[in-house]
Amino acid sequence: MAFKDIELNMGPQHPSTHGVLRLKLTVDNEVVLKVEPVIGYLHRGMEKLWENLTYTQIVPLTDRLDYLAALSNNLAFALTVEKLAGIEVPKRGRYIRIVLAELQRLASHLAWAGFMANDIGAMSVLLYGFEAREDILDVFEEYIGARLTVHGIRIGGVPRDLDEALVSRIRGVLSGIPRRLKDIRALLDENRIWKQRTVGIGLISAAEALDFGLTGPALRASGVNWDLRKSIPYSSYDEMDFDVPLGSRGDVYDRYLVRMAEIEQSIRIVNQALDKLPPGEFMAKVPRVLKIAPGQVFQTIEAPKGVLGFTIKSNGTDKPERVKMKSPSFINLQSLEHMCRGNLFSDVVGILGSMDIVLGEIDK
Amino acid sequence: MLDVPADRPALREVHEALTGRFPDSVLAGSFEKGELAETIRAEDLLPVLRFLRSEHGFNCLDDLIVLDNVRLPEAPAKRFSVLYQLYRFPGDVRVRLVVDVGEDEPLDSVVPIYRSADWAEREAFDMFGLRFRGHPDLRRVYLPDDFDGYPLRKDFPLEGKGDGL
Repeated sequence: MAFKDIELNMGPQHPSTHGVLRLKLTVDNEVVLKVEPVIGYLHRGMEKLWENLTYTQIVPLTDRLDYLAALSNNLAFALTVEKLAGIEVPKRGRYIRIVLAELQRLASHLAWAGFMANDIGAMSVLLYGFEAREDILDVFEEYIGARLTVHGIRIGGVPRDLDEALVSRIRGVLSGIPRRLKDIRALLDENRIWKQRTVGIGLISAAEALDFGLTGPALRASGVNWDLRKSIPYSSYDEMDFDVPLGSRGDVYDRYLVRMAEIEQSIRIVNQALDKLPPGEFMAKVPRVLKIAPGQVFQTIEAPKGVLGFTIKSNGTDKPERVKMKSPSFINLQSLEHMCRGNLFSDVVGILGSMDIVLGEIDK
Repeated sequence: MLDVPADRPALREVHEALTGRFPDSVLAGSFEKGELAETIRAEDLLPVLRFLRSEHGFNCLDDLIVLDNVRLPEAPAKRFSVLYQLYRFPGDVRVRLVVDVGEDEPLDSVVPIYRSADWAEREAFDMFGLRFRGHPDLRRVYLPDDFDGYPLRKDFPLEGKGDGL
C-alpha cells in the first residue's frame, strides 16, 4: 500500500516550534512536499496599540517583540524616533548602545545554539549555552534591573552610565564566553550525528535567499555579505573593527558556523567599545513630552535575527500616526517551505531551528 | 523639480532616470531626512518596479507599508497609501515608492517581481483589506479567516468589536 500526499499537523503546541507556530506539512512517505506555516496565535495587535501610545510609552512594549533580544528592538525603535525628531545621541551614549546591543546578540546566539542542539537531540549544549547567557543577563540586571524585557535603551541615549565596576564585570563575563564556546564547538563541530543532521540539509542558494528577502545570519550562511552594521552603519558601528563571517553552502551546518563565528566577533566589538568608551554625556536632551512634526522615516538595524526595521509616520502630536515594524523572523519564515521541500520529515525541526525565529516578533 | 543634494549622487541618478523614463507616471518626488520617495500612479506600479529592478539593480523589497489617511487633517483623495521600500544590494541606496489607492480599488501584486512581497501583501490584506490583483494566495495571515473587519484601519476601535473575539 502506497502512502502518498499525507497531511501532517505540527504544533501549535510543539516543543520545537519556539513558541506557538503551526506547520501544515504535506508528506510523501518521509519526504516533505509542502510546508504551510500558520501564524497569528501570539498576535497582540502591537501596531494598533502603538498608534495610541506616546513615543516614550512604546519603547518598553518593543521588548515584547523579539523577547530573546529586547535591547535590539529598543535600539531600532529609538534610532527611528531619533531620526524622525532629529535628536543627536552623544557619542558615549552611542558606544554604550553598541555594548548593550552586542551583549544582546551574544545572549541571543547562545540561547539559539542551546535550543537548536536541543531540538536535534543534544541536550548538554543547552546547558552550556544557557550558562554563558545567564552571565550576560546578570550584567543586564546590574545595569538596569531587568533580565529579559530589559528596556535598557531610551529615546535620546541610554538610561544609565557604565561605571568602572560594571565595565570590569562585563570584561570578566566576556572572557568567560570563549571557554564555553569551545565546549559547545567541541561537542558539535565534528560530531558525526550532528553533521548528518545538518550538512546539506535545508539548502538555499544566495540568489534564492535574496529573492525570498532572507536576512541576518541565515542569509550570510549562503555567502551573501550583507551586514547592515557595515553597509548602512548606525550608532557608531563604522568606528568598530570587525569581520562579517560568511558561509558558502547555505545549509543548516553553515548557519550554525556563522552564528558561532558571530559570537567571537561580538566579543571583539564589545571589547573595542569598552576600550574606546568616550567621556561625556550618555543621554541627549529630550523633551518630557516628545511631539514630532509631521514626517516619515524608515530605519533598520542588524538585529540577531536579521534586518529589523521601523517605519514611523508622525502627525505633530506626541503619538505616532502609524508605526510599521519590519520583522526579520516574519520575512525569514517565508522561505521555510523552500528550504524544507525534498528533505526528510525529521529534518523540518532542524531547519526551522536553524532559522532562529521568535514568534513574539512574527506575530507582533 | 525635486532637488536631491549633490552628495547623494546615487539617489539623484535614480530620480532622474525615473522621471526621464516615466514622465507621466511619477506624480511627485520628495527628499526628506535623507530618504528619497517617489509617488507614482497605481496603474504604472509594475512597469516602474520592473525598470528599477532590472536596470537599476533594486533587488530587494525591504518592506511594504500601508498608511490609512482617513483621519489626516487634509485627507488626500485616496484613502490608503502603499509604500514600497526598495533596497539595492550591495550598497546603501534605498528608494521608497508611494502609491495612493482607494478603498475598493485593487492594486497589482508585486509578487512576480519580488517574491518576498507574498506575506507582506497578505498582511496588508489582513490588516487593511487591500486587494492585490494576481497574488498567488491572498488570505489573511495573522487573523482567523472569519474575522470581521480590518483592525489597522483608523475607524476600527482599539478595544475591538463585540466581545473581542
